[in-house]
Amino acid sequence: MVETTVIIHEQQFQRIKNVLARLCVECAARVVFLVDRDGQPIAFHGDIGDMDTTSFSSLAAGNVAATTSMAKLIGEDVFPAVVHEGERESIFISVIGRSLLVVVFDERSTLGLVKLRTKKASHEVAAILEDVKRDSEHGRLDENSFFAEITDEDIDSLFS
Amino acid sequence: MTFINYASREINCKIVYYGPGLCGKTTNLQYIYDSTAPQAKGKLISLATETDRTLFFDFMPLELGTVRGFKTRFHLYTVPGQVYYDASRKLILKGVDGVVFVADSQEERMDANIESLYNLEENLQSQGYNLMDLPYVLQLNKRDLPNIIPTEELSAELLRKGEPVFEATASQGVGVFDTLKAVAKQVLTELRKG
Repeated sequence: MVETTVIIHEQQFQRIKNVLARLCVECAARVVFLVDRDGQPIAFHGDIGDMDTTSFSSLAAGNVAATTSMAKLIGEDVFPAVVHEGERESIFISVIGRSLLVVVFDERSTLGLVKLRTKKASHEVAAILEDVKRDSEHGRLDENSFFAEITDEDIDSLFS
Repeated sequence: MTFINYASREINCKIVYYGPGLCGKTTNLQYIYDSTAPQAKGKLISLATETDRTLFFDFMPLELGTVRGFKTRFHLYTVPGQVYYDASRKLILKGVDGVVFVADSQEERMDANIESLYNLEENLQSQGYNLMDLPYVLQLNKRDLPNIIPTEELSAELLRKGEPVFEATASQGVGVFDTLKAVAKQVLTELRKG
């Protein structure tokens, strides 16, 4: 495969969760997500209710993929932020490299506040994701051996 | 691109169903969705036109169980088959871990199969992938119809690298899970190689 498998460790995951938790409070959001640009959910914080977070992540990524392609068609490289304003709930998506910081907020907050707070959090998330990327690329012996130990029986048992 | 989260102990992989328009990609997903226990699946999201043709993608997350304590979740996507949706197809291939090519076995769809397979190879290349290095399965769908090309003939035309081939009638579920299992197994085996 051309891209390295992304491996997130507990400590990195906790750091991400802390940033999301703080951002959620600071911009009075309903929920904050971190999503990979390929649609994989990484982490979230807040009130998800009965929201299907996996589908939400996939659609957020599809949305950014489409708007990025539209950007290219008009001579832009990328739209760094995408906003959807609803009657009650709104969505703000900030593109950070190959990840997306997605903030779902309602009338308790404002787009200006969300933009402001997300900008700061984006830098912190970007730094953590850089660590994740570096570690994933280098790999770690213990993890490699862990996955090397997966047997054909382990795989077959998933389909039994 | 496989995603492994040690904190939540999850492995997430992306599988894309590719093929010409009306070959049965969405039907494959629909059958998997209908036959899977509610706790193992998320919603089946379909971004379709008013006439039910896939416009952007169909998507469903599927949890297969645990491998060595890690929950394995497969994100299944289909691409729109119609020739003019090529931009969407390219986007969906980003980060792909495994591909299923769904061929339409009917004689009159042979050219469409070949064109779509060529398009797959081209679009993979534009994303930096090579079909030869990717987990890949060929499904020969619509085997229940009268005007179909014999399996050997279809395989001879569409086989790329000795990939597993499955005959299917996706509308009745025939061959659907065999296909999924074969590609999922290849993806997990790839993970084992590191």
